[in-house]
Amino acid sequence: MNAPANLKYTKSDEWFDPSTGAAGITDYAQNQLSDIVFVELLVDEGEEVTIGKPIASVESVKASAEIYAPANGKVTAVNKGLSDKPETLNSDPFGEGWMIKIEGGDAGDAMDAAAYTAYCDGRTH
Amino acid sequence: MTYIPISPKERDAMLETVGVKSLDDLFEAIPAAHRFPELNLPPALTEMEAAAHLGDMAATNENVRDHLISFLGAGAYNHYIPSVVDHMLRRGEFYTAYTPYQPEISQGTLQAIFEYQSLMTNLTGMDVSNASHYDGATATAEAVNLAFAQFRGKRKKVVMSPTVHPQYREVIRTYSQGMGIEEAGDDPNADLEAGPEGLMSLVDDKTMLVVVQYPDFFGRIYDYTKLIDDAHAKGALVCIVANPTALLMLKTPASMGADIVVGEAQPFGIPLWYGGPYLGFFTTKKSYVHKMAGRLIGETMDNRGNRSYVLTLTAREQHIKRERATSNICSNQGLLALAASVYMSVLGKSGLQEVANLCYQKAHYAATELSKIDGFGMCFTDPFFHEFVLCCPKPASEVNQYLLDNGILGGYDLGNDYPSLKNHLLVAVTEMNSKEEIDTLVEILKEMK
Repeated sequence: MNAPANLKYTKSDEWFDPSTGAAGITDYAQNQLSDIVFVELLVDEGEEVTIGKPIASVESVKASAEIYAPANGKVTAVNKGLSDKPETLNSDPFGEGWMIKIEGGDAGDAMDAAAYTAYCDGRTH
Repeated sequence: MTYIPISPKERDAMLETVGVKSLDDLFEAIPAAHRFPELNLPPALTEMEAAAHLGDMAATNENVRDHLISFLGAGAYNHYIPSVVDHMLRRGEFYTAYTPYQPEISQGTLQAIFEYQSLMTNLTGMDVSNASHYDGATATAEAVNLAFAQFRGKRKKVVMSPTVHPQYREVIRTYSQGMGIEEAGDDPNADLEAGPEGLMSLVDDKTMLVVVQYPDFFGRIYDYTKLIDDAHAKGALVCIVANPTALLMLKTPASMGADIVVGEAQPFGIPLWYGGPYLGFFTTKKSYVHKMAGRLIGETMDNRGNRSYVLTLTAREQHIKRERATSNICSNQGLLALAASVYMSVLGKSGLQEVANLCYQKAHYAATELSKIDGFGMCFTDPFFHEFVLCCPKPASEVNQYLLDNGILGGYDLGNDYPSLKNHLLVAVTEMNSKEEIDTLVEILKEMK
């Protein structure tokens, strides 16, 4: 499982990059969902989001999941190309698979990479 | 998961939550005398006696097959149903089939739904069809849900033509309760001759959906191309409620640019019955497929390379979305969708076109002859399909009673829904009405005092 050290993580498996404001789903999440076939971003540029607010809806061949904002702040960008290439979430969840950018994002008490890795290891599935 | 519905502990917790002490307290609002009323039932009958009694009661019904000549439509139409339709429906494999979640034991049902979807998309010209809804009204209400989801609640206005079926508009209002939706255009006192462009003044940047009917409730045929272009320019979606028989003769809603095409498929192989069960069809563009209620069956290949069918998409349903589901149309009208599919397959394209043409020609003959009677006339001059509004010299209810006394089920009394049309009947004519029947109607109305 991959969890870059510079990112913050939520218990619902979203990541947030404090330096760029980017947010998306983790490698663990994409692996659990398996092949992702549909993604719809639920927020637009300029909207305020708060931690826990749904920002995207994702469907895979196995399940459907809601993705929640990992930080509070204003949305400055949404990855519009994602809906045409939902498989990007599987191939590059921390890069091309970014979903939105949150300006001045405050990730609250999100986990660091080590804590998140331990959290995932502790989950039975 | 336990299937014991309520333990005493859970019951007590629920009673406490609603703020009452016991079950008796919960029912306090119902007067004690009415809680367990004396039913005063007659003595029990034997099966033979019960069958005779029920038979006598049923024999007092009058139906359009054995007793009455019918010119009543208004959303439900009397068409001929080839006997093969019923034979197919009564096959045990279809009759008792359950929701086809497991493709390995449901190939027949899945293929039937797949065929139904293919036929409906062909008919409407749209990209995708779901596996059906309860009836035309609920299918139309689901179009509002689709639009609401598409705009994620940012647009909340629905503009409905006053000439969409009044009961469909009623169901839309019921479905959209609590969603904060604003309805516009739905005014029975509106100008009924304004035409489709008359709606555009109501369409603004808060409008999510415009709903029109094709042919409209009065049977009139409009080309909605311009309305749809204008509505799209405002960012709104457009739903056309279509009569499937009429689509065999008219330009497809897809070619006019419609985003959603829904309707009542009862005319396709489903008897009038007592107003249901009927069959709602729902078709849309591929881009909205993830917002569509119900299910979509797809064709695929099994691990031996054989053609097979599966539930491809159930984007809004509970078994996928769990507590986030926005649709609970788990029960599609599978058996009636099969009836429609068999009906369409047996008649074929040319047969269906012939049905449409017969309806059209006979309705126009009836309209011409009825208009010649003193005091009667056509209410509108627009082109129509198989239904038209007849202006009568007295209240429509009186005309209908007179016709019923003469063995004829008259038209739909429009005064019920449109105050300005108290003396107006909506008359439907299908291939089932012979020339003799139409001439009889004309003769009887000529003699009306």
